[in-house]
Amino acid sequence: MRRITLWLLSTVAALVLLFSYKTSTMGPGGDTSAITSGSDGSAGSSWTATDDGSGTGSGSSGGSSGGSSSGSSGGSASGSGTATGSVAQTRWGPVQVKITVSGGKITDVIAVRVPDGNRRDQEINDYAVPILRQEALAAQSARIDTVSGATVTSDGYRESLQAAIDAAHLK
Amino acid sequence: MSGVATMNLAVEPDRRAWVMQVMGLPVSVHLRGPEVHTDAVAQRVERVFAELREADAVFSTYRPDSVLGRLGGALPDPATAGPVVREVLALCELARTRTGGWFDARRLPLPRGGVGFDPSGLVKGWAVERAARHLADVPGHDLCLNAGGDVLLRAAPGRPAWRVGVEDPDHPERMLDVVERAHGAVATSGTARRGAHIVDPRDGRPTEAVRSVTVVGPELLWADVYATAAVARGADALDWLATLDGYAALLVDATGRVRATPNWPTHTCTG
Repeated sequence: MRRITLWLLSTVAALVLLFSYKTSTMGPGGDTSAITSGSDGSAGSSWTATDDGSGTGSGSSGGSSGGSSSGSSGGSASGSGTATGSVAQTRWGPVQVKITVSGGKITDVIAVRVPDGNRRDQEINDYAVPILRQEALAAQSARIDTVSGATVTSDGYRESLQAAIDAAHLK
Repeated sequence: MSGVATMNLAVEPDRRAWVMQVMGLPVSVHLRGPEVHTDAVAQRVERVFAELREADAVFSTYRPDSVLGRLGGALPDPATAGPVVREVLALCELARTRTGGWFDARRLPLPRGGVGFDPSGLVKGWAVERAARHLADVPGHDLCLNAGGDVLLRAAPGRPAWRVGVEDPDHPERMLDVVERAHGAVATSGTARRGAHIVDPRDGRPTEAVRSVTVVGPELLWADVYATAAVARGADALDWLATLDGYAALLVDATGRVRATPNWPTHTCTG
């Protein structure tokens, strides 16, 4: 049962992620975050700059990496609060993920905005399955325990698949 | 371990996660086993995080008040440095040798400006392996520790391996492959998340020929060092990776082509 739940969560997270990369100019609206406190706070920009891949400005690594791992020295070190990812416009409507932090711990990861309309479940499932298959993975291969990838920063975490996997087991 | 817990274990062990921001990274600890909801286990996990914070307080080059921050990029003097700094210094030298100079902590762009000694690329793996020992003697429990995308794994005898998704650097919501492993490490370095932050030690310029390298092997420290060195090395890195004993690698180049060393554990990637 837990496996199924996790799989669904992962799928939704994957979709949210997929969509959120399409938006590039959303500011860090609603960011009161303990999550971003470890970084330079320029949530939207650093995430976007590095994720457009071979990104143009990324050669000047100072900007992007500078914000990425400054430790929790400055600001509200081990605070509490919520961090909300940018709103991603999808063809079904806006999608947004929120992470709740308590005492420095990430205690919850939820989708705060999901597309309206009754057909969304159907469509999301229709859409998600081909994405996974496209990668030549067997259906059961989607059940992963963790994700290895280029260094995830605090900003990137809240929109990552790993965040969803973690959230499924925090309780 | 109670009888009830043992029965649960036989079916499917409980699993619990803890997540903390340490070293500027999200670090998540996942444990599977009968006692994951006990205070004793939670306290051990706290010790893992505490030790990572201690390592950060010594080695962070972002923090002006850390040992290395105070040095401002100067190489620590082994004669006066504390034991952990000496250990990391020695490991950095070993890493430089083992990578043919492609991992070189001595002249790196520093986060607070300038060029100097920055062992961060090695310290993360080193610190995580050290900190994980606090969970080494919890019998019957499996560990999956993910520090910003680099993963350390352990599984008790008879337990299923952990399934580690290898992220597609160009589409982080997709997996290039899934690696099943009970022990050891899976580390990925690349330009996907932070831009071209890995530099060519010969000229100090960011390298961009390789998008990402994932290395699988027994030790996280070395998997991470090898992955970083391979990104710096560029186009011919795969040939070098194939010479590493006990380590396998998957490489995505700038054009998006995916290739793996012959000993890569699965075969879903055919280039």
